[in-house]
Amino acid sequence: MATFSVNDIAIKGISCCVPKNMERNIDLDILTSEEIQKFIDVTGVEERRIATKEICTSDLCCEAAEKLIKDLNWQKEEIEILVFVSQTADYILPVSAAILQDRLGLSTNCIAFDVPLGCSGYVYGMSIVASMMKTTGIKKGLLLAGDTISKIVSKNDKSTLPLFGDAGSATALELTIDSSELVFELGSDGSGYKTIIIPDGGSRNRINQDSLKIKKIDEGISRSSCDLVLDGMDVFSFGISQGPKTVNRLIEKFEIDKDKIDYFVFHQANMMMNKMIIKKLKLPVEKVPFSLRDFGNTSSATIPLTIVSELKEKILNKPTSILMCGFGVGLSWGTMLAKDCKIDCLDLIEL
Amino acid sequence: MEINIFLQNFADILDDTDAILIKQETVFRDLEEWDSLTALSLIAMADEEYSVKLTGDDIKSSTSLNDIFEIIKNKA
Repeated sequence: MATFSVNDIAIKGISCCVPKNMERNIDLDILTSEEIQKFIDVTGVEERRIATKEICTSDLCCEAAEKLIKDLNWQKEEIEILVFVSQTADYILPVSAAILQDRLGLSTNCIAFDVPLGCSGYVYGMSIVASMMKTTGIKKGLLLAGDTISKIVSKNDKSTLPLFGDAGSATALELTIDSSELVFELGSDGSGYKTIIIPDGGSRNRINQDSLKIKKIDEGISRSSCDLVLDGMDVFSFGISQGPKTVNRLIEKFEIDKDKIDYFVFHQANMMMNKMIIKKLKLPVEKVPFSLRDFGNTSSATIPLTIVSELKEKILNKPTSILMCGFGVGLSWGTMLAKDCKIDCLDLIEL
Repeated sequence: MEINIFLQNFADILDDTDAILIKQETVFRDLEEWDSLTALSLIAMADEEYSVKLTGDDIKSSTSLNDIFEIIKNKA
């Protein structure tokens, strides 16, 4: 079981960037007004930020990173690792992390690679950057995580379109000599790989003449084989069972006192799923922030976006213990605890 | 596990459906209120009341409420 700790790594700052362009679910014409109300009641999603054609995930992350580096007064040459967690990279190849290394003006000594994870990606990414910094002695690192899922959903699929929003994030990690400790619990279950999938366009099913043909799957659901497929029932079933399990495993393994955790930040999947998880874990609601209403599910950006949009003022200049938990596409999950961290959150950026 | 209690639990997740319509032989998919979001409530109910993990396939392969009841009973 992958449960481990990484010492001497501190989370210094988080910055998030969302597209200016906003879409409201009540304005959608693929659902009846009754369906929309029920959808909002169940998922909690009212508004989403949607990137225009010219804006990619890497652009949102780049903007967030530039401001973060400036705010923290970091020298760019000190940053020697950059990991880009995304399922909506610029190209199939090369990795966007390399492009970002250049765009951000980082040193060519910088390790840079992509990690194509989604909902669990922020926690996975954090474990990767922290572990590599610890073993290499690299003093400063960046985790860029985000997605523009709006680019890969069908505009005529009521099972995906109203749920997902776009966002990018940048998180600054630093090797410190104080007693900072990050603890992790990570796992995967590939037997559920079809639960959230884009069937065509990879090398298993190369893009072909049929890939772009729009097929009607159900009432209100039409899409091509290059669009995102989400089996809501299986994702839900997975989330309400695996979410509480991964949090409990971390808490048990490290004998963490739940009462000493200030905030529990979950991947923003959907309101009903998250409420079930909170209930099963018996968490006080005031310790569990939500950003679903204004931003929807933003994939690997949900955790940093929720911290920036909901906790910024509350954790300002105050050592805070934050548990973060992501679960979904893969299937894959990860939970981490950052104890007594002083995170500098920047104002939300709009692009 | 009792069928009547299960039917009551199922009736509780619906807002606008008369409980009289909720019987063992009810074809739940034909209920006007049934949709993919109601299916999530059913999965949540199976988890909360019976600690059973109901999958999408379990629901898709079922026709009547009794079919769902049997699946939950066998998994419990």
